[in-house]
Amino acid sequence: MLGRSANGIYWMSRYLERAENTARLIDVGFHLALTRSSKESQEEEWKSVLTTTGQVDAYCARHSDFGGNQVFNFLLRDRDNPGSVLQMVENARTNARMVRNSITNSVWEATNEGWMAVRELLARPVRETNLGEVLTAIRRQGTLVRGALEGTMLRNEVFNFARIGTFIERADNTARILDVKYYVLLPSVAWVGSSLDNVQWDTLLRSVAGNRAYSWLHAHSMDPRGIARFLILDGQFPRSLVFCYDKIRSNMAGLAKEYGHEVSAHELLREAGANLHQTSIEAIFEGGLHEFLQAFIGKTIQISGAIAADYRFSE
Amino acid sequence: MPAANAGNFDEMLSADGSVRPAYADFREWFDSQDKGWLRRQDAEAERFFRRIGITFNVYGEADGEERLIPFDMIPRIITAREWRKLTRGIEQRVMALNAFLQDLYHRQEIIRSGRLPIEALRNNDAFLSQMVGFTPPGGVYTHIVGVDLVRTGPDEFMVLEDNARTPSGVSYMLENRETMMAMFPELFTKIPVRAVSDYPRRLARSLSACAPPAFSGSGRPTVAVLTPGIFNSAYFEHAFLADQMGAELVEGSDLRIVDGRVAMRTTTGYKAIDVLYRRVDDDFLDPLSFNPTSILGVAGIMDVYRAGGITIANAPGTGIADDKAIYSYMPEIVEFYTGEKPILQNVPTWRCSEPDALAYVLDNLADLVVKEVHGSGGYGMLIGPTSSRKELADFEVKLRAKPGNYIAQPTLSLSTVPIFTKEGLAPRHVDLRPFVLVSPDGIDITPGGLTRVALKKGSLVVNSSQGGGTKDSWVLDE
Repeated sequence: MLGRSANGIYWMSRYLERAENTARLIDVGFHLALTRSSKESQEEEWKSVLTTTGQVDAYCARHSDFGGNQVFNFLLRDRDNPGSVLQMVENARTNARMVRNSITNSVWEATNEGWMAVRELLARPVRETNLGEVLTAIRRQGTLVRGALEGTMLRNEVFNFARIGTFIERADNTARILDVKYYVLLPSVAWVGSSLDNVQWDTLLRSVAGNRAYSWLHAHSMDPRGIARFLILDGQFPRSLVFCYDKIRSNMAGLAKEYGHEVSAHELLREAGANLHQTSIEAIFEGGLHEFLQAFIGKTIQISGAIAADYRFSE
Repeated sequence: MPAANAGNFDEMLSADGSVRPAYADFREWFDSQDKGWLRRQDAEAERFFRRIGITFNVYGEADGEERLIPFDMIPRIITAREWRKLTRGIEQRVMALNAFLQDLYHRQEIIRSGRLPIEALRNNDAFLSQMVGFTPPGGVYTHIVGVDLVRTGPDEFMVLEDNARTPSGVSYMLENRETMMAMFPELFTKIPVRAVSDYPRRLARSLSACAPPAFSGSGRPTVAVLTPGIFNSAYFEHAFLADQMGAELVEGSDLRIVDGRVAMRTTTGYKAIDVLYRRVDDDFLDPLSFNPTSILGVAGIMDVYRAGGITIANAPGTGIADDKAIYSYMPEIVEFYTGEKPILQNVPTWRCSEPDALAYVLDNLADLVVKEVHGSGGYGMLIGPTSSRKELADFEVKLRAKPGNYIAQPTLSLSTVPIFTKEGLAPRHVDLRPFVLVSPDGIDITPGGLTRVALKKGSLVVNSSQGGGTKDSWVLDE
């Protein structure tokens, strides 16, 4: 397949994943802000959402306070925000159009119809009363496209590039969400398992759609190390760092098999994957959770760059 | 001169209001349908087109909004007998077009014989000196032709234009049929309509039959569709055809010359292309040979082409054959190369470069259609009968300043076919573009084509860029 098409399908998946994760962050931010009584602490929560998506600076260039309505409209639909959900959904659709003849009709239609629905919903400012509906539509698009890929695509290079895009983005997003809130998980003198801590942990899990999964696995113990271990090292949880890297490796292995040879990104992945599997949550905390996450985000960017170069995404 | 919308030939109804035989079965079905349900189907069709993404971008519209070409659900029906005659006429004409191109770029016998004045070639940008003395692989110049036909009477089809460069619209022929079959499947069990769905396969086969000398000969030739990109108005069609043919859809930035071949950048390295179905104009094809600022093509492709490294479809330089100035000579051209009288007539055409013709055109401007010689898409033309006095006066100034830039034709009394409106059936003017494939194995015409329809009452302009719509076009089986 063309390098440009590989690039297109890879980014289609990344943008959809990012839009979905942003929608989830907004959802969590909204619920958390509702539980806060003071205006300051509500705004603090919204600011933290912007920090996670890396849009604080862009936001502050145009607004002076962090009112919820203003923040989620900025995140969802602001034409001056190149990282808005609307823009990501449009980017995903533009990429899908570019690779129209590499994807099935089902995948195209799921992407195109999702774009039509989201665009329609975001044509006017979003209010608190219809925020839920909007966020559901955004998440649904990601789900439908992944389902169409799963159900209709040949298991070939196109499929593999789509999956690699999804899991690179997801690994990056989970790591960033964790990094913004890492202090919540650090043992502190004040830690007594207060209700505030519980809300914070629950929020963190919700941000990666892991609250139910976590309680299935660890119903009896809500503790910071357990949560960190779950989000980083749990091989069953589909948004954990280990899970994402395992998926990337298996799809990269698919490419190596189809093409008959490996590229430099394979070596990078092997090393990074081995490190993840060999480490323990104790070792991670020992070396510093924040430092670990920063290194992980850097490594993911490096791998993504290697994939783009090795498979000739651009000239 | 007949008025634009009075006394024209209606393809469904004869003068006494009775339904013509070709439409009898359809009309019986239509009359038995609930009109409210049909209207809902109409809205459903639009949603279907949006979902599939059969949209086009209109140049010069700031918002870049993608638009739909309106689809009308009443089919345009052509009988087997009519189609047989059209087929013979089109074959003859397309054969002549290819012989004409071969001659123009070699010995120019037609000019030596005095049938075509050398002026028709001089200063004509469509004639490419880079093609002189070169024969494309398989001797084929126009791999794909879209012949625009208009009808003025029971047995009178005329050629309005020979689109020999990169004719578009075939995806509408295919998707309109898909839509009709999805909406009204029972119609196709009642009425024997010839299939159009294998066009992409025929296209792939036809293109593959024109592999260049450099093709290794083992396996199938590698075919790719070259598109200017997703912002081109016909991008949907480019992607659609590539998809249906199982060919790669490439852009200029994907291509470079590697070891004397035009190659595309794949995930595992550069891969040579044998046949390039380009949907990029000649001028943008090769910055080294043509427009030096073009980024849509491939630098050096013309050298590779002339060395036998690639087939370009259609061949560069075919535009000279569908030039509006050359068009007026088509009857002579057909006769010169086939030795037969043309089966399909031309629309009478005055060449304004000739003083007598110009005088006539200026005297009768209000009754004529005047077109730019190099224009297309309905831009820059004058339709006398529907123009205001001021528009006529303004146009006269342009015409006098550069008469060689224009041709004029009578305002034809184009046939009408009904469209489905809120008030019921209403006649509207139509044309027809069948799609013709040429390969060394012969000429292949898909039974059907694109019917374009002017949606405004009385309007003769069917171009989609000017508010025209499309219809499914049925050729009935024998």
